[in-house]
Amino acid sequence: MSPAPQQAPQNAPQHAPTITHLPLSERLKPWLPVLLVPVLIVAGYFAIPQTSSWLTLTVSGLAMGMMIFVIASGMTLVFGLMDVINFGHGAFISFGAFVGTTVLLMLSSMTGAPSLFLNLLAISAAVLAAMVVTGAIGWGFERAIVRPVYGSHLKQILVTMGGLIVAEQMIYVLWGGQEIVILRPETLKGAITFAGATLEKYRLLAVAVGLVLFLAMRAVLRRTKLGLIVRAGVDNPEMVQALGYNITRVFVGVFIAGSALAGLGGVMWALYQEVITAHMGNEIMILVFVVVIIGGLGSVEGCFIGALTVGLMQNYIAFLEPKLALVSNIALMVAILMWRPMGMVPVVKAKG
Amino acid sequence: MSDPILTLKGVKTDIAQYHILHGIDLEVPRGGVTMLLGRNGAGKTSTMRTIMGLWTPRAGEITLDGTRIDGLTPSQIARKGIGFVPEDMGIFSDLTVEENLHLAALAGRPSPERMDWVFGAFPALKTFLHSTAGNLSGGQKQMLSIARAVVEDRALYLIDEPSKGLAPAIVATLARALKDLKARGASILMVEQNFSLARALGDTAAVMDDGKIIWTGTMAELSSDAALMERLMGLKMETT
Amino acid sequence: MNRILSGDGPKSWILAVVLLIILISLAFAPFLFPGSRSLETAARICVFIVLVASYDLLLGYGGIVSFAHTMFFGMGAYGVAIAMDRMGTSYSALALGILAGAVAAGLLALLTALLSLRVRAIFFAMITLAVASAFAVLVSQLSGFTGGEDGMNIRIPRELTPAFRPLDERVLGQRISGKLINYYVVFFGCLILFLLMLRIVNSPFGRVLLAIRENAFRAEAIGYRVVYYRAMATCLSAVIAALAGSIFAIWLRYVGPSTTLGMEIMLDILLIVVIGGMGTMYGAVVGTAIFVLAQNYLKSLMGGMSEATSALPLVPDLLSPDRWLLWLGVLFILSVYFFPTGIVGRLRGTR
Repeated sequence: MSPAPQQAPQNAPQHAPTITHLPLSERLKPWLPVLLVPVLIVAGYFAIPQTSSWLTLTVSGLAMGMMIFVIASGMTLVFGLMDVINFGHGAFISFGAFVGTTVLLMLSSMTGAPSLFLNLLAISAAVLAAMVVTGAIGWGFERAIVRPVYGSHLKQILVTMGGLIVAEQMIYVLWGGQEIVILRPETLKGAITFAGATLEKYRLLAVAVGLVLFLAMRAVLRRTKLGLIVRAGVDNPEMVQALGYNITRVFVGVFIAGSALAGLGGVMWALYQEVITAHMGNEIMILVFVVVIIGGLGSVEGCFIGALTVGLMQNYIAFLEPKLALVSNIALMVAILMWRPMGMVPVVKAKG
Repeated sequence: MSDPILTLKGVKTDIAQYHILHGIDLEVPRGGVTMLLGRNGAGKTSTMRTIMGLWTPRAGEITLDGTRIDGLTPSQIARKGIGFVPEDMGIFSDLTVEENLHLAALAGRPSPERMDWVFGAFPALKTFLHSTAGNLSGGQKQMLSIARAVVEDRALYLIDEPSKGLAPAIVATLARALKDLKARGASILMVEQNFSLARALGDTAAVMDDGKIIWTGTMAELSSDAALMERLMGLKMETT
Repeated sequence: MNRILSGDGPKSWILAVVLLIILISLAFAPFLFPGSRSLETAARICVFIVLVASYDLLLGYGGIVSFAHTMFFGMGAYGVAIAMDRMGTSYSALALGILAGAVAAGLLALLTALLSLRVRAIFFAMITLAVASAFAVLVSQLSGFTGGEDGMNIRIPRELTPAFRPLDERVLGQRISGKLINYYVVFFGCLILFLLMLRIVNSPFGRVLLAIRENAFRAEAIGYRVVYYRAMATCLSAVIAALAGSIFAIWLRYVGPSTTLGMEIMLDILLIVVIGGMGTMYGAVVGTAIFVLAQNYLKSLMGGMSEATSALPLVPDLLSPDRWLLWLGVLFILSVYFFPTGIVGRLRGTR
């Protein structure tokens, strides 16, 4: 009667396992995007006449890329987890920059002292303040602005854009409309000379901070249960809930963390440019959008690769043909979208 | 039944403006397998999803082991002790097999004895423990989905059409595992279209049509009465 | 009448009255509100009604958010400016400039649409934002061609300038000048474009767009090629925005990044569409009129309130006329939540 017993083999199913025998080209495919950054650096080496300029530009491109990564990572995860697109993310950058700058200006005796320890202490205080404030704003933003419009991209774009306008106006209210100049702390001023190239100390620090953050984020995502929940949630949020995890709480946590990271990115950017304006967030957001699109919305690794690519591209082209810096990144985005429409590291969603 | 593990009383569910469930009354006895049967579109999967809290009922009561669970979130319901195998298997394809299993264990890591049992039932999962789940075959994914539901003891298992689209050999493996689970005293509510599998596993049965339960009884009663089956499910049993 | 409005009337008598008032005010603006400043305001309202309505075609009917609408607007304006600059002042140069701007806008819109809509509709918002910023940067940097940040003055045909005086006597107390003719070019140009759009959204094409907005998946399943319809809507909307830009350039006799390409203008358009009423066309008319008037009068009201509260901390800063965008932003958010069909939807009594 039942077909099972006669037909079934006694033990393991006999269908051949397929995943161990992928051809080399197939196994290499996922790694192609990773090669993009070294390829671009090598291309830059040949395009830029002096090796010393190339080295300087590479470091500053990597620094810029790392900062964009710090800012963009939260946005891409928020999208991946809950399918929420936050156009107001730029507000967190500006708020972070203003709060951080305010703290640094208050601690001018510490930033002015020729002591690396005191300087870093001041920066840490500024970063902490910025992250706490932007994290808190992120929490409020999620509650008031984003929560009511889950599920509708159109409304999300509109409402978060409205939130951005309000947040930007609040910066005018609180800090006034003028740009604020913020000098780097004493020991982070200037540059070191390496192989004939001048490498600004601060940019090296920014690269280090970005790299550490990326590795830390990767470790959390790969090695902790929380990371598992987040990665699984990007894939299939409904099933994560059905396994007993409150995905909404995880999402709010990621939203707050992402906002705080954008705030951190804002402080880093402020010290990179040494001047801040209320609309700086919007300008950076353009690069952030390019990064999340070419990286693949929802993917942290893609975001990292995309950010470094964009940062390097921006710096190389600005050196070779200043007028084309931003346009070159748009062209890059177009090229990558034609090559991989879902971005370099496409995120497969179980639904939608 | 005297002390059912799960009771649905007058459960109605809407999706958007459509009424999907029109008042489900169902009792799932403690221990044993209850088969939820019926033709496509009768509302079987909707019933499962409503129990799991993935859809919120508009009216009615759902009680698990004496506690009301309707209106709770899916994660709260899962923590009340339901293991869920959804119709689409719900595999996290970017995670490895091992990570999928770890995530399912609410207590942290699954116990070694439990893992041994799972690997005994589904040796393929052990072979591919560190592979990305998205690369598994359909049958292996279904095994993983079931394994995920059983990595810890649950008061009730909801299993939605495990045999869907699978080769007979794999269905047999699944059937053995589910029989084993049943033998350990588990309570299972299962949707199944493969009638031979349903008959092999089911103790009691409930038949749905058009968002309502239209018949309940024992599996033996149902499968021995060809006329009844044809009337309930439009199902003509071939002599398999 | 019904035919002119393509069978899509106001459907509410309050709305009908409001629209009529706006129409009469604009039609007779030079006579009703003498003075060059109010004529400037009237012309600006005309152009923005078309600009906002063309955005509504995309957002309200197509369900697509674009941030490149000012780019297309600017392309129309720069098309006229550059053509007149290179070819000298003539009507043929003017026509060529308008045509070139519209074609360029349509092509770029098609390209952007195909690139992003093919993948995911939300990519469109991000990609248009990036492309529009790059375009604005490019325009301000290629100063040899576009005049850079300073923009370009346009020498339009003499018949459209204040220096042209066809009649010696006054009509209704107004001296007839080229400026007046220019205003009516703007008015009728915009009226025709608006009625054209009303026709488009009430055509079968418009209905399909609405069906796609409601449920893209279902529309695709019925057999409509969603990407094609959305790309067409993007193109149409861009071309009309470019035409509005050309009209605006002719009126202002000047084009620069801040008058056409600025992100502020983009946000204004977005705010007007949503507050006026998405997917209604008339929302653009009502929204623009209210917006432009509010810009002029609300600001002075806020200024007064700010002074009155100057003793309090923070409050005067919040009420400063420069912060009116803050309150508009709040209104915008509330509008998306509670009145997704805006003022017009409210007047029509729909949700």
